[in-house]
Amino acid sequence: MDKFDKLTGIAAPMPMINIDTDMIIPKQFLKTIKRSGLGVNLFDEMRYDDDGNEIPDFVLNQPAYREAEILVAGDNFGCGSSREHAPWAIKDFGIRCVIAPSYADIFYNNCFKNGILPIALPQEQVDVLMKEAEKGANARIDIDLEAQTVTTSDGDVFSFEVDAFKKHCLMEGLDDIGLTMEKAAAIDTFEARARAERPWV
Amino acid sequence: MSPKTLYDKIWDAHLAHEAEDGTCLLYIDRHLVHEVTSPQAFEGLRMTNRPVRSPDKTIAVPDHNVPTTLDRAKGIDNEESRIQVEALDKNAKDFGIHYYPVSDIRQGIVHIVGPEQGWTLPGMTVVCGDSHTATHGAFGALAHGIGTSEVEHVLATQTLIQKKSKNMKVEITGKLRPGVTAKDITLSVIGATGTAGGTGYVIEYCGEAIRDLSMEGRMTVCNMAIEGGARAGLIAPDEKTFEYCLGRPHAPKGAQWEAALAWWKTLYSDDDADWDKVLVIKGEDIAPVVTWGTSPEDVLPITAAVPAAEDFTGGKVDAARRSLDYMGLTPGTPLSEVEIDTVFIGSCTNGRIEDLRAAAEILKGKKIKDGLRAMIVPGSGLVRAQAEDEGLADIFKAAGFEWRLAGCSMCLAMNPDQLSPGERCAATSNRNFEGRQGRGGRTHLMSPAMAAAAAITGHLTDVREMM
Repeated sequence: MDKFDKLTGIAAPMPMINIDTDMIIPKQFLKTIKRSGLGVNLFDEMRYDDDGNEIPDFVLNQPAYREAEILVAGDNFGCGSSREHAPWAIKDFGIRCVIAPSYADIFYNNCFKNGILPIALPQEQVDVLMKEAEKGANARIDIDLEAQTVTTSDGDVFSFEVDAFKKHCLMEGLDDIGLTMEKAAAIDTFEARARAERPWV
Repeated sequence: MSPKTLYDKIWDAHLAHEAEDGTCLLYIDRHLVHEVTSPQAFEGLRMTNRPVRSPDKTIAVPDHNVPTTLDRAKGIDNEESRIQVEALDKNAKDFGIHYYPVSDIRQGIVHIVGPEQGWTLPGMTVVCGDSHTATHGAFGALAHGIGTSEVEHVLATQTLIQKKSKNMKVEITGKLRPGVTAKDITLSVIGATGTAGGTGYVIEYCGEAIRDLSMEGRMTVCNMAIEGGARAGLIAPDEKTFEYCLGRPHAPKGAQWEAALAWWKTLYSDDDADWDKVLVIKGEDIAPVVTWGTSPEDVLPITAAVPAAEDFTGGKVDAARRSLDYMGLTPGTPLSEVEIDTVFIGSCTNGRIEDLRAAAEILKGKKIKDGLRAMIVPGSGLVRAQAEDEGLADIFKAAGFEWRLAGCSMCLAMNPDQLSPGERCAATSNRNFEGRQGRGGRTHLMSPAMAAAAAITGHLTDVREMM
């Protein structure tokens, strides 16, 4: 997995609540058996018309945001399906960080498995960052995972919370299957005990 | 011993390891797999030369992409869909996991097949790369959706890295009124909490109205826990649960059944357990409901009118405006006057035999409105066979419904069963998101009986007028 420590980038504003995973990557793109190549279809139905032409108004089609590496969005981002294709598409587009007041649980977890940092901040701070993002390429937002801060181009600093284990894995780019396999003895012990207690499982 | 919730008890019984920072390894008893969210996970195992740790606890079935038309034995036309199903065929064989291929009568939607075959049992941990895994919570199993990286993690280690969620109790007191179903309960709860109201929680549904539900109704309720944002929904097992499980192909038998039963009977929340959040709804206050917007929280009684964006506050004002525009609805229009083009009865929410019986009860001796497209997609091959044995299929066909083979179908439209732009559908599925059932398609969620009523009149309809 790609490491994440610091990021300075353009943030794209998407001031909508309940951006669901069907919006992020519609189902016709779930037929792939690969993880890569989904960036071109990120937000497909909002981004392209029926003929496949770009819709100029859509934020990621605007010249200022085509290189966005951060997404600022409304409450409950990533709700809906468990499809990891959503973070795959976000990452493949080039976005490494999402900032929103809250996230759906499965999407939030999926981000960390893919080198994406989802930051939850209070609504009023997201509002400030949304305004900042609306300045386009004139305003770059700084993300520092080690320090757990978001800094605007005006120097406003917001601190965010992140689970220590998830932070560690993201900063080091760790494969958590490998980490769990180091605990194989504990799993073996548990399994033997469970088999004795609940042999029908 | 301190009092515990049902969730606490299942959690404690599956905690394989806890690190100093509180990160836990939760042991997984059943891993359900389908073709859409698993190919990359199996590829990951191959690349790292890792086997599936417990193939005997891993069950796969193709459901999302499979055609539901009667000619599906000829194969899948769409190349990508075909490749995905073939990949599951191969992965199941290579890794030696239990498998129900498309040709097997037991094939169906993974969340219908698991309980039907007795894979899902009380007190288990159940995961699947699918958010509607919450369905299995109806058995008092801790069941939730996971992403593909986590699918790979469970395949490789039979565990999941987890932090414990908080406990939320949703109590539905008293009796339901006639015409009100499990679907109306679960939609009404989401209407009350919002789609993020359950985020960070595991919900336990309880109360007389929940106890009164059949196992199938309970599965409908838990299925949509995820639409309220909860990690999982749970219902404590009782005699109905045990009776449902008894004799299923993979349920324990003989002495093991007795041992299992003894443990299952300890699976309930203690009277004085602590709850982080509580919601109480009177059963008598729940009406037959429909959704009007593009979020499952956009729920109103069928007797209500389309709301205006200004009826809401905060970010929901813009969201409602966008929804109304997408749905092509005018504020103030009575919901019962909204005309539909299509009816879809099926999905992991409402594709079981009782759902089909409820629809047949309304459709018996009736015809669907001229020009309407209507399909019933049973949740499994066995549900289909049973509906044929009971004469339900004849009722559906006589009414003008297409009678399909089992699969996820138009719930998420990964197979050819899709809505066209602007096409309006009364659906028994679980999500009314923009484009969910096909680009530009407009979805109204409701119970099977309500969908059947709408099929007859051609507009959203209060099923109580037909009872």
